[in-house]
Amino acid sequence: MIKSASLFVLALGTTALPALAQTEITWWHGMGGRNGEVINEISQMFNEAQSACHLTPLSKGTYEEALASGIAAFRSGEQPNILQVFDAGAATIMAAKGATIPAEELIQGAGKPFSREDFIPGVRNFYADSTGKFVGMPFNSSAPIMYVNTEALAKAGVEMPTTWEEFEAAAPKLAAAGYLPLTASQLTWQFVENFKSRNNQQFATNNNGYDAVQGTEIIVNDTNTVMMFDKLKDWADKGWYGFYGAGWSDNQKPFEEGKVAFWIGSSGSFGGLSKTATMPFSAGFLPYWASLGQGTQSFIGGAALFAMAGKPDDQNGCTAEFFSFLTSPETQVYWHENTGYVPVTTAAYELAKSQGWYEKTPVAEVGIQQLMLPGGEWTKGYRMGFFPQIRSIEEREFNRIFSGEVAPKDALDIIQKEADELLAKFAKTAG
Amino acid sequence: MTVSPSLSLAQRLRLWVSRPAGPPAKAVQFDRALTPWAFLVPQLAIVVIFFYWPSAQAVTSSFYLEDPFGFGATFVGLDNYADLSRSNEYRQIAGFTAFFSAVVTALALGLGLLLAVKADKVIRAAGPYKTALISVYAIAPPVAALIGMMLFDLHIGPATQFAALFGYDLRVGIDYWDTAFALIVISVWKQVPYNFIFFLSGLQSVPVSVREAALIDARSGWRRFVDVTLPLLAPTAFFLLIINVTYALFDTFGIIDVIVKDKPANNPMTLVYKVYLDGFKGNDIGGSSAQSVVLMVLVAVLTVVQFRLLERRVHYG
Repeated sequence: MIKSASLFVLALGTTALPALAQTEITWWHGMGGRNGEVINEISQMFNEAQSACHLTPLSKGTYEEALASGIAAFRSGEQPNILQVFDAGAATIMAAKGATIPAEELIQGAGKPFSREDFIPGVRNFYADSTGKFVGMPFNSSAPIMYVNTEALAKAGVEMPTTWEEFEAAAPKLAAAGYLPLTASQLTWQFVENFKSRNNQQFATNNNGYDAVQGTEIIVNDTNTVMMFDKLKDWADKGWYGFYGAGWSDNQKPFEEGKVAFWIGSSGSFGGLSKTATMPFSAGFLPYWASLGQGTQSFIGGAALFAMAGKPDDQNGCTAEFFSFLTSPETQVYWHENTGYVPVTTAAYELAKSQGWYEKTPVAEVGIQQLMLPGGEWTKGYRMGFFPQIRSIEEREFNRIFSGEVAPKDALDIIQKEADELLAKFAKTAG
Repeated sequence: MTVSPSLSLAQRLRLWVSRPAGPPAKAVQFDRALTPWAFLVPQLAIVVIFFYWPSAQAVTSSFYLEDPFGFGATFVGLDNYADLSRSNEYRQIAGFTAFFSAVVTALALGLGLLLAVKADKVIRAAGPYKTALISVYAIAPPVAALIGMMLFDLHIGPATQFAALFGYDLRVGIDYWDTAFALIVISVWKQVPYNFIFFLSGLQSVPVSVREAALIDARSGWRRFVDVTLPLLAPTAFFLLIINVTYALFDTFGIIDVIVKDKPANNPMTLVYKVYLDGFKGNDIGGSSAQSVVLMVLVAVLTVVQFRLLERRVHYG
């Protein structure tokens, strides 16, 4: 008896020792390349800044793979402390109430200051519940913006358009000067989701899906969305818009080669573009329709960090510590300047400004300015389950539109129907 | 077999290799009834853990609608299957899978056989020639697809530029059938060397005496091939048929994944890719389980058909 008791004490001692020294936490993310390296650098900075916690970041591949791995790990009780989830996956993880600890509760529970007003307006609601409580911690945020081939503009003698009406006026001149006026890398994000936000259009019933999972229906075959895609098809037929499939880089490449006047990309694209573009370029906001309004702010793109549930208190304390560290202006500016993602707090934006970052690289400011534009009733975000699949349906139908197999209205009707079936199914799984 | 002590080691070895087959060895008897089971357990455990258990799980979860995080599952009976049968998209993918498998299998077998027959006749530099044909087999499917992707690139692909010479606008990734064409070319290219190896060794095991006898009977090379060589190759061909169908159905996953670049859009895909898409990317566990059960049944039926109907026609010499 004494022997087994002493063994128990011994075992307790050996397991407790490392925990006393440092609490280990893990962070699974879906970033590669330079962005993945910056994540490692930030983790290193966090580990050096304090001694109580030790953070290990781990890349799980793409956004979708990171979410899938996180879910599989949660089901077997092996979840990481922090999981990065992208915009389209937000509804999935937020509908699973017991899977995460809301970031706001976690940080306040650890006795750290937290204020929603510190964050720039465009990021406040996307990862928050319907009361505005932050569930996910906004991390890498981006906005769809329009990159501009300045050479092409000068040659054709046109100004950078701010509305699609202005684009329609400039396009014939650009085409006459030998340029393809427009390409875009992700129609789902840029011409559906952010067509809705930039023009302040309702995207789903139930207050864009925020109020309830049950009965939420998407709104994509309405007159205005159909108009947007009729226009795109018309532009493609006139040689004003080039569609190169659903892949991101296939649509970016002609712009890099200097053959295209305007390319709709991400605010996070500019780091890579500075290296690959063969001509001088600049950037502006994603255009809006003057016929629909004044141009409101866009939805936040990118991803947020979620604190997974089911972890011991000391580890949760470290996660809170890291979230605070991450939102400090210095960390945000480091992230912003090294990756091109926008800073998520006003203080970080001011710091980058005071350091003269935007005088050196004016393009880096476009994304954050677009997110700080006046908002509207429908610009705070959307919440729809199985959204990655809904995007796949959209991609399928858009391919069919531009290969001439289906009219835009019919394609959007199909998307409406299939997306609603998925949403109904999601309501059943979440119910 | 008596061996004279004066033979060298090499000669002994040759004799041993070419020794006539003796009567079959006597069945081994174990002292205890449990011993054979002890030998079987590791193998059975692997089969149960890695095959039966996951299969049973797939069947179970195909009757449920489950939230991805596993907080709750609702029994929905055959709803997931009903959804599949109603889905136009699923029917279209099933149709494409059948078409794709048939075309890839036919072309890969046909080209493999053609190359093997021709290589069998090469006398000078036969080694390097065969190595060159076989080496492609060492390339992993995703790598093969990457090479294919460069060939079929929308902007700079040589295949795209070649098609443009004939005034054809090849748009892999956008046009459904253009992508199907690229998928088939890459999948066939990847599989031909495998078939080539087996057909070649099959051809080389056709006895010289039989070939010579055939040479006297028929002057036409084609007739000799159809009447003598082909029937002797039947066991090899049957084996390869099963392997190739399985390859086209399942192993082309890596190729499809690379070609559609994570975004299948309106591009063709096979049933296996759809299971992955819905299960892993869409987090729809019930729906994708139902799909994998459908796939399991399909493979079972296919195997039975192949062995029951086709094997009867195969003559094992």
